Amino acid sequence: MTEPRRDPGLQPERTRLAWRRTTLSATVAAILAAKTALHGSASAVGVAACAACGLLWLGFLLVANRRIRALATTDRPRALPPRQATAAVLCTVAIAVCAAALVV
Amino acid sequence: MSICGSAAWARPAPTHPQPTHGRHTPVVFLYVIEFARNVRLWFAPEVVRQEGTTPDYRFSLANERTFLAWLRTALALIGGGFAVDQFLPDLRWGWRVGLALALLAAGVLCSLRAVNHWMRCERAMRRGEDLPVSRFPALLSVVVAVVAVAMVLVVLVGWEG
Repeated sequence: MTEPRRDPGLQPERTRLAWRRTTLSATVAAILAAKTALHGSASAVGVAACAACGLLWLGFLLVANRRIRALATTDRPRALPPRQATAAVLCTVAIAVCAAALVV
Repeated sequence: MSICGSAAWARPAPTHPQPTHGRHTPVVFLYVIEFARNVRLWFAPEVVRQEGTTPDYRFSLANERTFLAWLRTALALIGGGFAVDQFLPDLRWGWRVGLALALLAAGVLCSLRAVNHWMRCERAMRRGEDLPVSRFPALLSVVVAVVAVAMVLVVLVGWEG
């Protein structure tokens, strides 16, 4: 394997770690959602919203992992595909909607 | 290391397309139109890729990290909404739910704006234009400050009662 030309600014690595941090933030939100669902009365809406939050969290992890792998495999990564950015944002918005259902 | 030396936006920007809307159209309305136009681009990446020239990959990655930082801010606001609901149980229902929903709505706005701004920056870099400016950071900080003051008041009054 040839030694990849290393970017002195470590831009791909920094971007990879930024994705990691973002998945951690999503994890915190998902855990708070589970806590809210467990604390409230176990209504059907609450359980459904909690399950949806779990699935959305998995979806977010999937998008992040795909991007992290893309960033790790090449030394000149392409720009983020808009579809992935949109998918990550839609997961976030959907988590907020589930949160609203849990809180109200 | 100076990556700005070869910055595409260091060149004088080409003339900006002038909006064709009337002078008296409300600014908010223009934002909504612009936003709706951009939503199409979220789902049609080919359109973005065909325009202009591909910028230095480092600029694209920096733009991506900014997008992620805004997304984390959005997630933090959503977490804050949960936290208000969970950790202030002595508040009256209306205040608690109102504050939580305000934070959640701020999170939704923040995440939608994150992808929209990322798209605008990416397009501006491809076209060699100036990066778009935004009032959103100022707006968000004002909203966060107002919510924080409201929380302080509510907690103080709540403990008094």
